[in-house]
Amino acid sequence: MLIPFFFMLRDGGMKTSITELLTLLDAMKRGLAAESVDDFYYLARAALVKDESQLDRFDRIFGAYFKGIEDSLVDLFADIPDEWLQHQAELFLTDEERAQIEAMGGFEELMKALAERLDEQDERHEGGNKWIGTAGTSPFGAYGYNPEGVRMGQAGSRNRSAVKVWDKRNYRNLDDSVELGTRNIKVALRRLRKFAREGAADQLDLEDTIDKTARNGGMLDIRMVPERHNAVKVLLCLDIGGSMDDHVRICEEMFSAARSEFKHLEYFYFHNFIYESMWKDNRRRHQKRIPTLDITHKYGTDYKLVFVGDATMSPYEIVYAGGSVEHWNDEPGAVWIKRLLNTYPKAIWLNPEPRARWEFTPSVKLTRELMDDRMYPLTIAGLDEGIKALH
Amino acid sequence: MENTRFNGTSTYIATDDLTMAVNAAVTLERPILIKGEPGTGKTQLAIEVAQSLSKPLYEWHIKSTTKAQQGLYEYDAVARLRDSQLGEDRVHDIANYIVRGKLWEAFESDEQPVLLIDEIDKADIEFPNDLLQELDRMEFYVYETKKLVTAKTRPIIVITSNNEKELPDAFLRRCFFHYIKFPDEKTMAKIVDVHFPNLKKNLLSEALNAFFKVRDVPGLKKKPSTSELLDWIKLLLAEDIPPEALRTENASKAIPPLYGALLKNEQDVHLFERLVFLDRSKAGGPQRS
Repeated sequence: MLIPFFFMLRDGGMKTSITELLTLLDAMKRGLAAESVDDFYYLARAALVKDESQLDRFDRIFGAYFKGIEDSLVDLFADIPDEWLQHQAELFLTDEERAQIEAMGGFEELMKALAERLDEQDERHEGGNKWIGTAGTSPFGAYGYNPEGVRMGQAGSRNRSAVKVWDKRNYRNLDDSVELGTRNIKVALRRLRKFAREGAADQLDLEDTIDKTARNGGMLDIRMVPERHNAVKVLLCLDIGGSMDDHVRICEEMFSAARSEFKHLEYFYFHNFIYESMWKDNRRRHQKRIPTLDITHKYGTDYKLVFVGDATMSPYEIVYAGGSVEHWNDEPGAVWIKRLLNTYPKAIWLNPEPRARWEFTPSVKLTRELMDDRMYPLTIAGLDEGIKALH
Repeated sequence: MENTRFNGTSTYIATDDLTMAVNAAVTLERPILIKGEPGTGKTQLAIEVAQSLSKPLYEWHIKSTTKAQQGLYEYDAVARLRDSQLGEDRVHDIANYIVRGKLWEAFESDEQPVLLIDEIDKADIEFPNDLLQELDRMEFYVYETKKLVTAKTRPIIVITSNNEKELPDAFLRRCFFHYIKFPDEKTMAKIVDVHFPNLKKNLLSEALNAFFKVRDVPGLKKKPSTSELLDWIKLLLAEDIPPEALRTENASKAIPPLYGALLKNEQDVHLFERLVFLDRSKAGGPQRS
């Protein structure tokens, strides 16, 4: 019976599996959600949603599916003329109730309030969230459709309780959080781990020791191995200054997380785009620059290359010789980035600007093309994607 | 089955949705995964479930170095090696050197136990995957003794996570899930009431007021949570601070007393003090997030 609902969840982008649906059905068979719709909602949520960032989505789909009929009624209602409504209401109202309405300023007043509320709904429609618009939990929604709603509207508090639990959407704030802390970044970077044993043997290899001792007729034969550590090598190139000043905090976090996470991390700074040299110390960047060619010669191709920059500049700075804003470059930046990419096939570009803005900046588009589309936003989700691309 | 319903306890307020999730997990004998802000009582839940259903509780606290195998059993090879060098008799039976883990202990329990796997996200990313079979079938194989260990009764497994790592899908599919959201003022009042039943009414409402105001301060690194609130109220009671002192409505914008119990981060304390100072000099409206 829940199969259409299940497919609606999947169409809505949730990763609900058959196992989970079967679990839910099993739980229902045992009478867990027999008491009320709320119980069913709680049960379905516990069984089908496994990530709090998906809760809001689930609530919306649940609302849409189980209130589909009510929704269409609310929509219909918007077109019903007032006279008709008034007539209808008067038919159903008791004298006592009518007196209450009179006390509140008469039916006209109520209708005015209703019209106002409807206007408000229209505004929200324009806001782009249809669901909120047609949720119909407002006292007036129930109201006009059914005279009984009028009475409920008077009772105020009763009406509040009529708001469905899933309509409250308490989980709104959690959807795909953008907040980045060093800890979160470290966790994301940790996915890049690749363990290897290198260097001096300073740890007891228990298994091998036992094995060798057994073969040795019971006489101890101690075996040592080098410590296991993260063997991933990373070259980090950070854009600094200019338009990057807005993103200093997130870049600092990214940098400090990367520093503590990778043993083999080399970092270099550049301004706006990569040219024939970069630097390691911003205070002495004019005196002490490192030729980009030296970098490609010094660090092997097993290094993974990560650019961090907003790639926001004039397109000339990328495609023309002499385009750099700071100095005369004999070869265009595009040539230099291609050289780097040829040396380091595993490379990504992390952009602190939100993805939605990329389309509108020609230099970002250009950089993305040069990077073969391997540009990711500098958020936890983007970092995850990027690290997958680095593997 | 009827008496195995969890409805919160005298010291733990469980919301309806939490109760439903726990009961579903108990009935279907599947693990339940609890997530939520630190300090909202995730770990406490397992203890309370065990207490209210009067079942034994086994706690397995996960650290970054914990391996899945440690929950099942460990083979103490060093002890055996030493014994063999000393020529002890017990060295001949390998079973003497198998050390049981928490999961095994829970499996061996005669009565249905509650097993808490605390902060599963602290361990390596692959940790939950290594436990799939064990949690699904509730059995595992001891290679050293060639013995299959099967649970006498399927334990109620409560798993908590602080969301430091994403858990694998295959693992999540086998669990029920509940996210403990931060309690609203009404639930919070109930929670405090359960812990401090004799608290003066006005002190409580003032304290809650001040507490939610502190939580609303924008940019806090670690917002104070339920457990911090409870600590703070304990302190307020110990110091016998009058409710009037907590009122921050007036223009003077007093810092709540003993706020060190609420803000645990140095930067947060600085930020908070700065905001209060700004407010004072402006004597303007309250800070809003």
